[in-house]
Amino acid sequence: MVLVFPVVGRRAFSDRWRVMEPVLPLFLLVLCGVGLGLVLLVLGQIVNPRRSSRVKRMPYESGVDPFHDARRHVDVRFYLLAIAFLVFDVELLFLYPWAVASGPAPAHVPAAAVVASSTVETDSAPSKVADPSPTTTGARNVAPGIDAAVAAGTVESRHFVFGGTMVFVGLLALGLVYDWRKGVFQWR
Amino acid sequence: MAIELPKGTLITQLDSLVSWCRKNSLWPMPFATACCGIELMATGASTHDLARFGAEVFRFSPRQCDLMIVAGRVVMKMMPVLQRVWLQMHEPKWCIAMGACASTGGVFDTYSVVQGIDRFIPVDVYVPGCPPRPEQLLQAIIDLQEKIQREGTTWCREFSLPERQKLPRALREEV
Repeated sequence: MVLVFPVVGRRAFSDRWRVMEPVLPLFLLVLCGVGLGLVLLVLGQIVNPRRSSRVKRMPYESGVDPFHDARRHVDVRFYLLAIAFLVFDVELLFLYPWAVASGPAPAHVPAAAVVASSTVETDSAPSKVADPSPTTTGARNVAPGIDAAVAAGTVESRHFVFGGTMVFVGLLALGLVYDWRKGVFQWR
Repeated sequence: MAIELPKGTLITQLDSLVSWCRKNSLWPMPFATACCGIELMATGASTHDLARFGAEVFRFSPRQCDLMIVAGRVVMKMMPVLQRVWLQMHEPKWCIAMGACASTGGVFDTYSVVQGIDRFIPVDVYVPGCPPRPEQLLQAIIDLQEKIQREGTTWCREFSLPERQKLPRALREEV
C-alpha cells in the first residue's frame, strides 16, 4: 500500500482526479478494510473443517435445553406503552436543546473566548473578513443561545420561544390525558 | 528444485502455517466453576497478561471459542452441561483441565463430583495445583501451543483419528 499510493496519487492521476487526492487515503482505508474482511471471510471458508452435528446446530442456552422459541409472542398491550414512551422520549429530545439554549450565559466563559471563536470562523472564510455579521458585532458579549438570537434579531423575544415550547409540551400533555382517559396505563 | 521435493511437502507447510495461526489466536471458553476461576481471571488480568500469548479473548459462546478451560470441580449434575458446551464448540478445539479438581476430582472424593473430566471429554493439557498459579496456566497454554504446532492439520484430521475415537474415555464427536 505504501508503494502503490505515491505512484497512483502523484503521477498517473489526471487533473480531473487530482482534486480527489485529499480523500484518497480515506478511499484506500475503506478499500483495505473491506478487502481484508472479504479475504478473511473467503479464507475462513476455504481453510475450515466442516463438522456439523445435531448438538452443534441446536441453540446455545448455556448448555441446558432451550425451553421456548426465541420468537415468542409479546402482548399487544406493550405496543401502546411503547408508543406513549416514544412520544415523550422524542419530546425530551426536543426539550434538551431548548433548555440548554435558554439558560444563562456560562460564567466561566469570558467574552474574549467568544470573540476568539468568531475570529476563527472568519479566518476559515477569508472573503468574509470585512463583513460585520450581527453575531460577531452586536452579540459579542452574549453567549450563544436564545439571548444571542434575540440580540441578533432572529427571534422576537424570549417569551415567544418559551410560549412555543409550552404549546408543544401542552399538546403532548393533552395526548397523555387522552391516553389516561382511554385506560392505556391500566393493565387489564 | 520444487519438483524434486517429495509429495506432501506443500501440504505440510500449509498445515504448519495454519497451526501457527491457530496457536497464536486461541479463544478460551471459560468454564470456571470454582476457585480456579479466580486464578483464571488473574491470568487474564494485566499482571500476568494472557494477551501476550494471543489467548485473551474470552468468549462466552462455544460458537466462537476453540479452547475450553475447565477451572474448578465439576459435579455430576453439571456434567451434561459441560459435555454439551464441548460438543457445541467447533473444530479445531482443545481443552485444558485446570487444577486438581478438574483433572482428578481433587479432594472431593465423593460420588457426586466427577473424578476427572477426562472421563467424559478429551483433555489436552492437565494443570496441577489447588488452585494453580497463573504462571502454571500460562505454561499450560505454551505447552498446548507447542502441541498444536506439532500435530495440527489444516482440515483437523487429528480430531477424527481412529486412535482418538478409540480412546477409552474420549467422547465420540458424532452425537
